Parts: sequence; structure tokens; C-alpha cells
Amino acid sequence: MTEKYNMPDERGHFGPYGGMFVAETLMEPIQELNAAYQRYMIDPDFIAELDADLQHYVGRPSPLYHAQRWSKNLGGAQIYLKREDLNHTGAHKINNTIGQALLAKRMGKTRIIAETGAGQHGVATATIAARLGLECVVYMGAVDVQRQKLNVYRMQLLGAKVVAVESGSKTLKDALNEALRDWVTNVDNTFYIIGTVAGPHPYPAMVRDFQTIIGREAKEQCIAQAGRLPDALVACVGGGSNAIGLFHPFIDDEGVKMYGVEAAGDGVETGRHSAPLCAGRPGVLHGNRTYLMADDDGEIIETHSISAGLDYPGVGPEHSWLKDIGRVEYVNITDTEALEGFYALTQMEGIIPALESSHAMAYTLKLAPTMSKDQIIIVNLSGRGDKDMHTMAEREGIEI
Amino acid sequence: MSRLAAKFEQLKANNRKALIPFITAGDPNPEFTVPMMHEMVKAGADVIELGVPFSDPMADGPVIQRASERALELHMGLRKVLDMVAEFRKTDNDIPVVLMGYLNPIEIMGYEVFADKAQQAGVDGVLTVDLPPEESEDCIDLFKDRGIDQIFLLAPNSNAERVKKMDAIGSGYIYYVSLKGVTGAGHLNTDDVKEKLAMIKEHTSLPIGIGFGVKDAKTAKTVADIGDGVVVGSALISKIEANLDNPEQAKQEIIELLQSMRNAMDS
Repeated sequence: MTEKYNMPDERGHFGPYGGMFVAETLMEPIQELNAAYQRYMIDPDFIAELDADLQHYVGRPSPLYHAQRWSKNLGGAQIYLKREDLNHTGAHKINNTIGQALLAKRMGKTRIIAETGAGQHGVATATIAARLGLECVVYMGAVDVQRQKLNVYRMQLLGAKVVAVESGSKTLKDALNEALRDWVTNVDNTFYIIGTVAGPHPYPAMVRDFQTIIGREAKEQCIAQAGRLPDALVACVGGGSNAIGLFHPFIDDEGVKMYGVEAAGDGVETGRHSAPLCAGRPGVLHGNRTYLMADDDGEIIETHSISAGLDYPGVGPEHSWLKDIGRVEYVNITDTEALEGFYALTQMEGIIPALESSHAMAYTLKLAPTMSKDQIIIVNLSGRGDKDMHTMAEREGIEI
Repeated sequence: MSRLAAKFEQLKANNRKALIPFITAGDPNPEFTVPMMHEMVKAGADVIELGVPFSDPMADGPVIQRASERALELHMGLRKVLDMVAEFRKTDNDIPVVLMGYLNPIEIMGYEVFADKAQQAGVDGVLTVDLPPEESEDCIDLFKDRGIDQIFLLAPNSNAERVKKMDAIGSGYIYYVSLKGVTGAGHLNTDDVKEKLAMIKEHTSLPIGIGFGVKDAKTAKTVADIGDGVVVGSALISKIEANLDNPEQAKQEIIELLQSMRNAMDS
């Protein structure tokens, strides 16, 4: 790459991907949002307020932790974990919700809506809404409400109204549909905080910009601790916000390999998975063109993953572009493999990862031994596993 | 001249407004749709909007969402919807048929393949909810070359610039969404619609169909007095939903509702 990476174009296109595929009623609010985003992202007061919140409220910078015991055990590359699990609310999601909520405040919006899968984005949104005194409604698939009860309770404690979505497959994509329906109805006073790098422009670029704090810190920390850049980056990809946050600041660093880990569910060959980049095709959903899981009639196929946060049939459009240009390699990890990653990190390092992040851990289990001891992998530990205790205990036949 | 342009010209000459019913193809079953289309024509429909079922109907309210779900359970998809239009065309070469839905089914089929098939089937217009003018440059010429009108939506918060943009590239008619919300929601505010239509008419000579919130003969009449056409969807589909065990009854109720709207609009 000789030219500096600079995507998207001004209309939100990453090559053929991205764009603004929305109903007419949403054109005005997304253009209004884009104008505010362009204005405040270079506004020193806004940046200062955001940085102060990230430091004092979220607890940034998050550590870059050298997992020495695990590295030694695998006998290959040195593994460094970017500890997004240590952020306030327990995942990377809050980096973005704080940014968007501060933007909402500047735009004079009084009501916040969000969609959530695993509940991490919902919790992060409810958290910042509580702090800023904004009304908050979170849409969550009815299936996810069942499997993530703890997070539902957290959101309610924080004062948010959680709406269980009963349409379609009752998971994350349906929560997004319902949030879009709410937005179209309440555009005047409502700000829609999308939790991942999907949706219509400017969301994919804006959410990315709020999440690149992960990669910017990791780069500095790696140089400070190891004296050089890493050889590889690993992150799980559902919509892809934690991955793009880690990857983006390294895109122009040619020597750094990047691996995005999709959820293979029961296995990509079974069709029961959530891996559009590995096994899908380009299409249009939720405001952007991207790789999707769709059948020959263009209907969206139901996805499967042990992890609610990865259970989504699309992916951020920038990932589609990074796949096509070959900058990021997208791989996949089954439910069973993800559990191996979950136990490995828990037992080797005393850190319980979220099931989403466990996919990245599981790929690290495969990758690290193929590399030499003087090489470095940074793995994004995007969230902590507390929310998954019920799921895990149930799998082990334990009642809690 | 396209069937849509001819139809609106003819209506104008007769000083009438277009009655445009919407049903979802394949709801409540695939055998229901084509005979229902013919019956709607007899009841006074001038244009038919045929909904292409989609798994993720983001702009639709619960009534049309459930219609989509029922049709999808019976594996109704874009390819079968095109077959239905072809079937309808065997005995009706006059009434324009507009496919209404979301972009992904067309995107997955491929714009050119779809344009060819739609032309062969006798489709007159395409209205994709999630395809604003900004993103339509890859398909609009393919459609135009085959005599298919691209119908855009305008909303209460669309400004004059957007009307001009749609006037420049759209054809057939423009669909004015009368309220901020999803299909089947709330009540439309006549004064607001009137005011908005005045602005729209300043910037386009395309006919304006008005939809969202048309429930009965009275609202149909009110809307007909403001625009060039009246779109009614959820109110018809509610009849199907209320008679899932008796589609014939649904058909009768739809016919009666359309006739009452036609009479009110013509009075």
C-alpha cells in the first residue's frame, strides 16, 4: 500500500460497500447526524470532553497485558491482550456510546434509542443515558432477552426501558429493525445510538472513529512495552466494532497481519453460523451494502452462534472492503472451539472472557503456535464473561 | 408511453384520482394473490402495488410485517412474485403493476437480471423503500431502458432539493409518505399533507400518490382531494389477517372496502 488508507468517501462508500440505503424519512436525520459528526470530531471542546470521560468515567487507557503464562504454554508468539473487558460496563461498547451520547446532547436530542444483542451495547447505552439524564429505550430480540437476563436487569436498573422484540428471528437483526421503526416515528427528538460499525453512513465511520482509541492505545503500548509493532492482530467480528477499533490504526502498517474471527456456530459447512464474510455474499441490509447471509431470493437467513453478540447476519461495510482488498484475513471459529478459548484464558490467565471475545481467544490458540517466540500477537479482549455465567453454567449442567 | 404514465394521463383527463391498493404477494397463500388482483381492478383499482415479502421489513408496521412473515413461511420470494405478475398479465394488459419492497431481493438477483425478468413479466414500476435517489445510479438506467418506472418516496421532512432530485430521475409517480412512522401507523394530518403537497407540486409535475394512514372511505376521499392517488395497504391486509381461516371472506371484505373508497373518491 503506497497511498494512505482513507475510507470511506464523502457519501460513506467503502468501494462498493456502505452507503445510505434508508427510507426517505431517515435521510434528513442521517444528514443532520453527519453534519454534527463532521463538525464535532474536529471540535477541540468536544474532543476534550470525550477524552475526559474516557479517562475518568470509562477508566482508559485500558491495559495491554502480556499473557506470559498462556504464551509459554502455547509455545509460540508472545500474546498481548488489549483489556477492553476492564472498561466501565465491561466491554469496548462504552467507547462508542459515550461518543454518540455526547453528540446527541450537543444536537439537543432528549431521547436515546439503541439495539442490543448480548446486551453489552444496551447496558453501555443505558449507562451513559443515566449519567446524562436522557430517556433511553433499548430494543432487544425476545430470544436474547431470555439468554441475557442479567444484562436486561442491569439496563432496567439504569432506568432504561427494554423492549423485547417478537418479530422475525427475535434476535439482534430484528432489534435493529425495530429500533429503525422507532427512529422513523420519533425522528424529531430521538438519537439512535447504533452499537456497531454498520447502519447507514455516517454510522460505520463514526462508530469506528470512536472505537479506534483501542488501536491507537494498543500501538503506543506495544511500542512502549515491546519496543516494536506487533506481528498480528486478532479480534472477533460480529458487526465488527471492536475489530475495526483495533485494526484501523494499523492498516497502513504493512507488516502487521490482521485476523477477523467470525462465529461459525455449528460449523460453516452446516449453514448454522454467523459468518457472512466467510460464507455470505454482498447485499443490502440495515442501511448499507455489505456481506450478508441471504438466500437466493434475498431473504435474510437466520444466524446461529453461542454468543448473542455475534449472532448477526451482516457485518460492517468496512470489513467487506478490507476483505476484498485482502488487508484483513477473515477466519471462523465454531461454538465448540470458542469454548476452548474461553476455558484456556480462564484457566491460564485468570481472566474470564465474554463468549464473543472467546472466539478471538480460540483463534489465538491456533495461531500462536505457528509463530515464533519473538513474534507478537495482540488479541482484543473485547468484553468480560460475567454476562455469560448462566449460559456456561447451563452447559455444564450446573444450576446457579 | 409507460402504462403508469398512460393511466395517470387518462385519469387526469377524466378528472379522477387513482386508487392504488397494496397487498403482499402470497398472503395468506399463493393462490389468493392473482385472483385478488383481478377483483381489485373490478372494484375500482387503477394501479396495483404488489408487496414483495422481505424478512426484514424495516419501514413497515406490524400488519404488513406479519403479512410478509405469512408469505415467507410459504416460501414466497421475488422469483415467484414475478411469476404472479406474468400470470396477471395474461388477462390484464391495462392496469399498471408496481412491485413494492426492499432492495436486497433485487440486489441478490442482480439489477440487470431483475430488470429483464420484470420487463418480461409485465412489471411497470419498482418502489424500493430503502433505495433513495442517492444510491440508485446503478439501477435506474437499467430500469428506464426497459420501460420500468422507478418510484421514489417523499416524506414529511423531505426538502425541496429532494423533490427536485426525484423529479429529475424518478418517473411514473412519487409516493408521499403522509406521516413520520411505519406503514399502518396513526392518523394523517390533512392540513400538514396539504401544505406539503403544495411545496412538492411546485417542484415536480409527476403525479403524487399519498399513503400511510389511509384507513377507510373517508380518509381516501380526503387524500384524493389533495393528491393524485390514494395508496391503501394495511387496511386491506387487516382484512386478510382477520379472516385467515376464510380467505374468501377476506376477499369480499377487501372488495367492499375498495368499492366504498372508489365511490367516495368519485363523489
